[in-house]
Amino acid sequence: MADNNVGEGYPRMEIMLGNEAVARGAYEAGVKFVSSYPGTPSTEITETIAKYDEVACEWAPNEKVGAEAAIGASIRGARAMTCMKHVGMNVCADPLFTASYSGVNGGLVFCVADDPGMHSSQNEQDSRHYARASKVPMLEPSDSKECRDFTKYAFELSEKYDTPVIMRLHTRVSHSRSIVQVNKPEDITVKEYTKDPAKYVMMPANALKKHIVVEDRTRKIIEDTQANGGEAGMHRVEIRDTKLGIITAGAAYQYVRDAVPDASVLKLGMVWPLPEGLIRDFASKVDRLVIVEELDPFIENEVKAMGIECEGKELFTLLYEYSAAMIRKALTDLPLPVKSIDTDKLPKAPGRPPVLCAGCPHKGLFLALHRLKVTVTGDIGCYTLGALPPMQAVDAVICMGASVGMAHGFDKATDGEASSNTVGVIGDSTFLHSGITNLMNAVYNESSITLIILDNSITGMTGHQQNPSTGYNIRLEKAPQVSLEKLCESVGVYPENIRVVDPVDTFGTEQVIKEELGKKTVSVIIARRPCALIPTGRAKKGINVEVDYDKCKKCGACGRIMCPALIMGEDRMPVIDTEACNNCGLCVNMCRFDALKKGAE
Amino acid sequence: MSDKLEASIVLEGVGGQGTLIAGKLLGILAMKLGLDVKVSEVHGMSQRGGSVITYVKIAPEVHSPIIEEGTADYILSFEEVEAVRWAGLLKKGGVMIVNKQQIKSLPVLMGQMQYPDNVIESLRENADPDAKIVEIDALSLAMETGTSKTVNIVMLGALSNYLGVDEGLWKEAIEEAFAAKPKTIPGNLDAFAKGRANG
Repeated sequence: MADNNVGEGYPRMEIMLGNEAVARGAYEAGVKFVSSYPGTPSTEITETIAKYDEVACEWAPNEKVGAEAAIGASIRGARAMTCMKHVGMNVCADPLFTASYSGVNGGLVFCVADDPGMHSSQNEQDSRHYARASKVPMLEPSDSKECRDFTKYAFELSEKYDTPVIMRLHTRVSHSRSIVQVNKPEDITVKEYTKDPAKYVMMPANALKKHIVVEDRTRKIIEDTQANGGEAGMHRVEIRDTKLGIITAGAAYQYVRDAVPDASVLKLGMVWPLPEGLIRDFASKVDRLVIVEELDPFIENEVKAMGIECEGKELFTLLYEYSAAMIRKALTDLPLPVKSIDTDKLPKAPGRPPVLCAGCPHKGLFLALHRLKVTVTGDIGCYTLGALPPMQAVDAVICMGASVGMAHGFDKATDGEASSNTVGVIGDSTFLHSGITNLMNAVYNESSITLIILDNSITGMTGHQQNPSTGYNIRLEKAPQVSLEKLCESVGVYPENIRVVDPVDTFGTEQVIKEELGKKTVSVIIARRPCALIPTGRAKKGINVEVDYDKCKKCGACGRIMCPALIMGEDRMPVIDTEACNNCGLCVNMCRFDALKKGAE
Repeated sequence: MSDKLEASIVLEGVGGQGTLIAGKLLGILAMKLGLDVKVSEVHGMSQRGGSVITYVKIAPEVHSPIIEEGTADYILSFEEVEAVRWAGLLKKGGVMIVNKQQIKSLPVLMGQMQYPDNVIESLRENADPDAKIVEIDALSLAMETGTSKTVNIVMLGALSNYLGVDEGLWKEAIEEAFAAKPKTIPGNLDAFAKGRANG
């Protein structure tokens, strides 16, 4: 690959996260535009790109929007990229499948991060299926060095074969730091744009012809990458002991190397399309062929379809992350490492379940919902934690935006009856991602749902990214701000049904929810208070709630909010952790005896 | 000696204690030694107060970024109960450095679960004779530097007694890791010295 533009201060070695290395690779490749929606474990790619001033970089309201903007930039001649977590690929699948037909002008890269083991995801889908289904090549790096190298190569590949290219990452690659050689970035160039409807207007007459091009392209890529993964040498054949041969890719390659260091390995850099000739050749050299891949038998099924005998999922699970020990156990009689400490005899370690932070605005709302004993259709964000004890207020969580649609479904399944005791709960960012279309549907189809938008002015769970309702862009510059009230009104919610509450006023919030549940038309309650971890939501240092122990009647009401800053003593009197307390005053509102007082701001 | 260093180091504790920065610093140190290194961390769902773990593997060539059961040469436990949670990672003959700090989680604060007593004693009682359990009051030592934020560097100071890496190189790594916040460098160097003297 073109990597010889070494300038002053280059090359140099840096230690970086896989995600940072992807950003670096894109930057060195001269990427002009990146548009993404945050999602763990992919978020740092776009955050790192934002630090390169010359790249136009933005948070899009959802993955489909980000992908379409990147497609536009590519057609206009710029190198462009969009990044997402695995479930984000579901959202942008529509543009992906047809961008495969239209192809590109400037190089176009889709970056998708899977999450085997579901460290922070709602499912464990294997995004490799998208590469095969959309007929788009997919590269899979196994460490930060390859993240940088492969991303850079992905742009070249994209332009050479006139196709989008998918970079597949996963948690252990995205969130591991390793050493990367950093080179001088190429200058950003934007190619000429020439009107070419036969290429870019995907209507049947044109798409019929393009489908032929797509199939030819896949055949050509297989031919060209057969030997070693093309010019970049993306595939690697490591012949050691030939009694055991393993085909693998990504992080699984790293586990294999630790588990069976003597085995021969075919490490695939491109996992779609697969290099049939190279696989046949490798298979012929080893006595026993085993496919080691996390999640689905993707490579295995392809190898078996080639008529090559191999083992795979009869040895390994479809579930969760793999490990070196697990692979060693499945493939060898070698002893496993022995623990130094007999952990069975240790005392039990109490867990640290994820909890809503001290001062979290969601807490007051969930207390209100808990008291009202309503059915809650939930959504994706910190507020999913409302499903856990003590509130246990959330009944169903599926995907981004589904809270609104599910509430509507409850309404329609019961001819409106369920809406008297059902609410949908969704965050500001998630609402703009895909809740708004659901709300439009609910109004249009005359639902009587009550939707609560938890507007904490940030995308919280992924680590505080801006969105169109916060008033700031990805570089924290002032940006135009969507008004949630006006937006809801514009899709037909009656102005008198749009209520704004402060969720710390948990009893006032409860009253408003009751009123809106009684209405036969769509209602939206905006529970507005900034996240306690962002500057606008944080209390001044040294200001916190104080306890008047003379007034405390030991009723325990303040303890019910489960605030990490309020410790209930054995005497049932509260102790405030002054470091942690955010002075929100929720506990003050819970106290009927005036024993708690907010610090003066 | 240090250019032949091979070490699997686990840093674990509670979100907010600075394990991530300590992991990054070890990465810088390994690069200064001309060695391969991988530092693995898990983000998301680990907001303040969650159990956090960072794996650091240093060797001439590192493959898997994960440190598995019975394979850690060193465990730096920033909190007592977390030491119990991750104790199974320590390998035969490994060293575990435990900060005496106790951070009670919500189930403990709410009285639903018991915070265990005598954690360090029970670790010692149930460890192989060739394993070493080192106790350190990193929080108090950090407070002597003026802020609890240096607990992580105190812990690295304690670790430095075992790694056999030249002290000057550690100092360079600290200076590099905090280059963006130069005011914090003296305090962190101080924290390192205190950890080294007490670990």
